[in-house]
Amino acid sequence: MAAPKKGRRPAGGQSRPGRALALILIAMVALTGGMFWSGHTTPRLGIDLAGGTSITLKAKAEPGQESAVNETNMNTAVGIIERRVNGLGVSEAEVQTQGRENIIVNIPKGTNEKQAREQVGTTAQLYFRPVLAVAAATPEPAPTASGSTAPKPSSSASDKKSATPSATASTQGRALSEALKAPNATGTPTPTGSASGAPKASETPKASGTPQATPSADAATAALQEKFATLNCLDPKARAAVGQGVKPSESTVACGEDAPGVWSKYLLGPAEVEGRDVDDAKGVLDQQRGMWIVTMDFTEAGSKKFQSITGKLSQQADPQNRFAIVLDGNVVSAPSVRQTLSASAEISGNFNQQSAQDLGNILSYGALPLTFDTQSVDTVTAALGGEQLEAGLIAGAIGLALVVIYLVVYYRGLSFIAILSLGVSALLTYVIMALLGPAIGFALNLPAVCGAIVAIGITADSFIVYFERIRDEIREGRTLRPAVERAWPRARRTILVSDFVSFLAAAVLFIVTVGKVQGFAFTLGLTTLLDVVVVFLFTKPVMTLLARTKFFGDGHKLSGLDPKSLGAKPPLRRTRRTTAPVDPKEA
Amino acid sequence: MSKLGDLGARLHRGEVGYDFIGNRKIWYGLSILITITAIVALAVRGLNMGIEFQGGAVFTTPKTDVTVSQATEYAEEASGHDAIVQQLGNGSLRIQVGGLDTEQSDQVRTELAKDLNLPEDKIAAELVGPSWGEQIANKAWTGLGVFMILVVIYLAIAFEWRMAVAALIALIHDLTITVGIYSLVGFEVTVGTVIGLLTILGYSLYDTVVVFDSLKEQTKDITKQTRFTYSDMANRSINGTLVRSINTTVVALLPVAGLLFIGGGVLGAGMLNDISLSLFVGLAAGAYSSIFIATPLVADLKEREPAMKALRKRVLAKRASAADRGEDGLDDGTDAGEAAVVGPRTAARRGRAEERRG
Repeated sequence: MAAPKKGRRPAGGQSRPGRALALILIAMVALTGGMFWSGHTTPRLGIDLAGGTSITLKAKAEPGQESAVNETNMNTAVGIIERRVNGLGVSEAEVQTQGRENIIVNIPKGTNEKQAREQVGTTAQLYFRPVLAVAAATPEPAPTASGSTAPKPSSSASDKKSATPSATASTQGRALSEALKAPNATGTPTPTGSASGAPKASETPKASGTPQATPSADAATAALQEKFATLNCLDPKARAAVGQGVKPSESTVACGEDAPGVWSKYLLGPAEVEGRDVDDAKGVLDQQRGMWIVTMDFTEAGSKKFQSITGKLSQQADPQNRFAIVLDGNVVSAPSVRQTLSASAEISGNFNQQSAQDLGNILSYGALPLTFDTQSVDTVTAALGGEQLEAGLIAGAIGLALVVIYLVVYYRGLSFIAILSLGVSALLTYVIMALLGPAIGFALNLPAVCGAIVAIGITADSFIVYFERIRDEIREGRTLRPAVERAWPRARRTILVSDFVSFLAAAVLFIVTVGKVQGFAFTLGLTTLLDVVVVFLFTKPVMTLLARTKFFGDGHKLSGLDPKSLGAKPPLRRTRRTTAPVDPKEA
Repeated sequence: MSKLGDLGARLHRGEVGYDFIGNRKIWYGLSILITITAIVALAVRGLNMGIEFQGGAVFTTPKTDVTVSQATEYAEEASGHDAIVQQLGNGSLRIQVGGLDTEQSDQVRTELAKDLNLPEDKIAAELVGPSWGEQIANKAWTGLGVFMILVVIYLAIAFEWRMAVAALIALIHDLTITVGIYSLVGFEVTVGTVIGLLTILGYSLYDTVVVFDSLKEQTKDITKQTRFTYSDMANRSINGTLVRSINTTVVALLPVAGLLFIGGGVLGAGMLNDISLSLFVGLAAGAYSSIFIATPLVADLKEREPAMKALRKRVLAKRASAADRGEDGLDDGTDAGEAAVVGPRTAARRGRAEERRG
């Protein structure tokens, strides 16, 4: 639709008005039905109109790093949290600093509060660390765990048909039990699927870090071994403390939950790839395995690092051929590597749709520079109060009534089509906005309501342009039916060219900006698209149909298309003047 | 049919019409005057930026019976700025006021404590940062920049660069005026205002493009005839779409006027006022500039083109000779190709054009 088409269809191009009307009718019924079926019959309102929840976060000063709580880091955190709670840019959440060390997050009513709290509070420090050793959760010797974990050791190996290069292990199977059964699970290299490279047999088969359990002279390593041996991952306190203050360049121990309530502990090498190496992440449903996973695309530098670590790991025996994906100190999953991989990776764990998508969202926007504690969660009333919305709606209604009166006075019978078109447009806008609330978290704030009111003007303009074209054609002496068809291609071009500009504005602003501007851009784009849909599928076909009626076709006085009152040239004069230049299509 | 419909017919035939191009200097002058006023107002008075942009203070009271609207009143009185008051779940109030520093916020707290009849130390006061921080603002500017470049490219391809330039000037004109009015009226600039401005940006371009589309169509075969100069055709084009312009403007402005005068004025709604004022001024400016500024600018630019200069010479020569012969030069002997341009609606208009040229 970028440039107007030069070649016009011959007059009467659209001769099947019924089809278009049926299409839009079906769309309207389906959408309205969907709205009632979903139970969300009103658009979700923004925090300014409906209030919501206010979460106060307090930055935690890590011992020895008190200076980290500074303005720069706080502002970065605000930016990242803003992206997280406002992922699609239409949920109208507000994020701001309060005082020196607090961040306030306001989210509109109807948002999943628990989810939002997790989203804003998660630090999202992501590291890929090579696994040096795995053991069951408790300090006791392992064997009991292997019986209880219902291992599915080889599931990932057999499911490797997926096209994405992946390095996955089923979580259930990754516990110690798997480690014990390792040889048969990992012995066969998977021949399929890697987009990035074949196994590199020539690489030196030496994993970075200390091989498992090898006694080392190094005191730090010994301490770590000790820590690993005594760690009890079933103790939530120990779990919370285990990752504290660990530098990415150091080896560490960590806990990971294999299945609900089943934990294992890991001894991990220094981080090889970090969260900042992740370019984009999203939660997707793995069709083959029927489970939710998080896929990650790496940046260029990240790809190289990932390639190098997987290349090294693939040469190792289990469990040293595994890398742990460590998020905020906990191992989310620890898949084994069978070949060199790059470009992308996936995390599979105990995800459902929500948690997979949330984690994808969080990883995409990066880690917070600080750790935050949730201080308080309060409900807040609307910032503007109900009277503002009410006043806006009353005023809008009065304005609309004036528009209707104006259209009736000026366009007479034609105003019927105009008002119907506006009605269809209003209904579609309302229903779609109502549906987008639960679908993508779209929330309507006061500016957006005003924007929708301005959209009335743009929608009305489309059929005003068309009507004026029709009237011009009638003034040239045509009867209504050909006039309707001849006016259409010209009006259509004008509508498309001008709507394209609006749509361009909406698209660019939506892609480039964040926050409320993005929300605005979304509304603008939506109303512009609907304008085109309504004019093409409703106004024009209805016009075509009505032109066949006696009332309009014969130019009844009140139809708004009466040739006489439009000042059409009497046919007689017109014939005489064909000697003078006349529209060529008529000659 | 109504009188307006009749006017539409006569405009269509060119029997009546306002010489937009001929009088363009008047309108240029007017616009320059308004724009300069706007810029001066901006420079002198600046903009009253809201809490979203510059941060401010937030006061949290203990549970209180004072209503939200009362508290709003107190806070605005005490601080002289717009206040956002929200009730928290536990019955306490959160009062946000923009543009306060630590010292001022202490003063406001003292006054609030008096007004709300609460001990001062029970009211927590903290400074808040802008929710519309630098990052968001920078992204918004980038977005605007990218959009401007793309729209100029698009218009240059779909129309021509002269029209792109003219549309851009008209857009800047509209935005400057709207921002200037804000500065003059002294309304607080909120995120709502910014959204309003962006709406204007979209509308202004939209309206200009509709007018340009008609101009392009009217002038596509202009060099094949010798009756009209480019300016004449531009004028005819504006007059031809005048009814559409009036109708669209009325339809777009009526609901916004409702918001501004009924919603804001009578019902006394705060933020509605902020938004609808920017919309009202911007929509009016947008409709005005498409006709009075953008199209004459295109005509001015076009008339510099050699082909159009030559055309003007031919047209003037023809008119002169026609005047000498004392006839109206009914038939130019032009081919049918120009017909789409001039069409059968020229007869009456022609006489007037020549009258004016005298």
